[in-house]
Amino acid sequence: MRPVYVISGGITKFAKAHPDKDFRLMVKEAYDYALRDVPKFSKDMIAGAVGSYFSDHFTRQLKAASMAQDYLGLCPKPSKRIEGGGATGGLCFQSAWEAVASGRMNCCVAFGFETMSRVNTWKGNEFIALASDTNFDFPVGGFYTGYYAMMVRRHMHEFGTTVEQMAMVSVKNHMNALYNPYAQKAKRLTIKQVRESPMVATPLTMEDICTMSDGAAVCILASEEVAAKVCNRPVKITGVGSGSDAMRMADRPHGKVILLPHERESDYAHLKYPGVHSFRGGRMAAKLAYQMAGIRNPIQELSFVELHDAYTSSEIQTYEDLGLCKYGEGGKFVESGVPFMPGVDYGLELPKQGRLPVNPSGGLLACGHPVGATGLMQAVFAFWQLQSTIKKHLGNDKLQLKKPTRGLIHSHAGTGTYITVSILEAV
Amino acid sequence: MDPLIIHDHYEIDYRHSYAEDSPFFVGLSKGKLLGSRCTACGYTYATPRSHCMGCGAPTAWHEMPLTGRVHTYTTCHYGGEAFLKETPFTLILVEFDGADTLFLSRLKGVEPDAVRIGMPVVARFAKTPAFKVTDVWFEPGE
Repeated sequence: MRPVYVISGGITKFAKAHPDKDFRLMVKEAYDYALRDVPKFSKDMIAGAVGSYFSDHFTRQLKAASMAQDYLGLCPKPSKRIEGGGATGGLCFQSAWEAVASGRMNCCVAFGFETMSRVNTWKGNEFIALASDTNFDFPVGGFYTGYYAMMVRRHMHEFGTTVEQMAMVSVKNHMNALYNPYAQKAKRLTIKQVRESPMVATPLTMEDICTMSDGAAVCILASEEVAAKVCNRPVKITGVGSGSDAMRMADRPHGKVILLPHERESDYAHLKYPGVHSFRGGRMAAKLAYQMAGIRNPIQELSFVELHDAYTSSEIQTYEDLGLCKYGEGGKFVESGVPFMPGVDYGLELPKQGRLPVNPSGGLLACGHPVGATGLMQAVFAFWQLQSTIKKHLGNDKLQLKKPTRGLIHSHAGTGTYITVSILEAV
Repeated sequence: MDPLIIHDHYEIDYRHSYAEDSPFFVGLSKGKLLGSRCTACGYTYATPRSHCMGCGAPTAWHEMPLTGRVHTYTTCHYGGEAFLKETPFTLILVEFDGADTLFLSRLKGVEPDAVRIGMPVVARFAKTPAFKVTDVWFEPGE
């Protein structure tokens, strides 16, 4: 495999609805933004593309990625669609990486979109729940928030995680997004307001859950040769990993923890794993990505993380899967302030604020979650962060970390059925 | 010009086979909860699965006890459109003695605030089967 670089990216404003733009135009906007950012780049250098969107139900158009491909003027170049639930965008990013790493293409465009506004929120929830076993899970009351609520209830039982700790994630991500003009739902919140917002599925409230969105995102990936020619500050993809788990949560084993290099078996002598409290696929994805990037201790070797916080609870669970803290310590990890941004006043007591910011962009909770675009949106934010061009793209530098060297992006599907982790590095 | 928005209806009837999982649904109509036990390694699933996830060998149908415990729970105050009219409803994952995995079901006949992890529950079956997984649900047990 040869080195692969991100050379440009673009995002549309994520919004509840864009009735004035169809998915093709949204992708085109993000694509044109990415092209404008690398003036020396020419369309002739593009060898092919990978398109991603999650749901044919939402789009009500099969093969919609073909329509984006022709709208971008990329025909007759190679193209395909990637679909993998919530991880669709992350899988698309990795598919484009594979195309370049293998030598098949010198430059590959990854584009993703979702148009979720075409049905009401509760019909949308029904569509999403069809991504659970339709014989055994969906008919019982198919509702993803319900599934995640059951998982976190068990997490609380095993580890003593609290709803206030979960609410801190909501405060953090919504407040980070105040400085991100692409975000759908930026706001200042308190723990009390998160808890007092309408209960959706105990213990998760409205403010613990991401919203549905319309939006698109584009990343351009290239070989070293192309990157050196057209991009002043390319970002290198140094680690790629992914994992999976059984579709039915009920079927997951209660066995041994998959260990990361900085962990020991004795850390988890009595933990039955993953059960329904942890994401084995996320741990596998992290392990593989760390191995490839040569990361031994992620908390010390990463500058920031953009992870799939569809729920405040899943952000806490994911800290543990990624080894940012031990299993069971996710609640205390957020309480310590480590995953908050430095220099932002959250109205909270945070002794270790800003040691390893998680979701500087505002994550899914505040940016929104137009599924096929989400994983690529994370890649674009990570790219800008590592390029130190946040000010240029967001119009302010509040979310720009000082000289970040290495970022992690994490995309997650279903109740943890497909998960991707990719490591990006400044060069 | 403002975008032109129309309403478009879409409906489908599917012919759906439960295929190799069919005995489970017939079992529900007879008041039985059928899990699957691996014929090679003995791993026992509380759900139908005709081949073992661990070793790949065929499983045999295994009659589950009708009593178990709440492994985890939630009460849904919202839901997918198909289930909105049923809210609030309580979902549980049930753990059984002698099974390595869990079973997703509804818990009825209890106030949401009274549900606890570890609570004993007992299976109840629909008198008129619809041949859906909702032909079984759980209620608090002894």
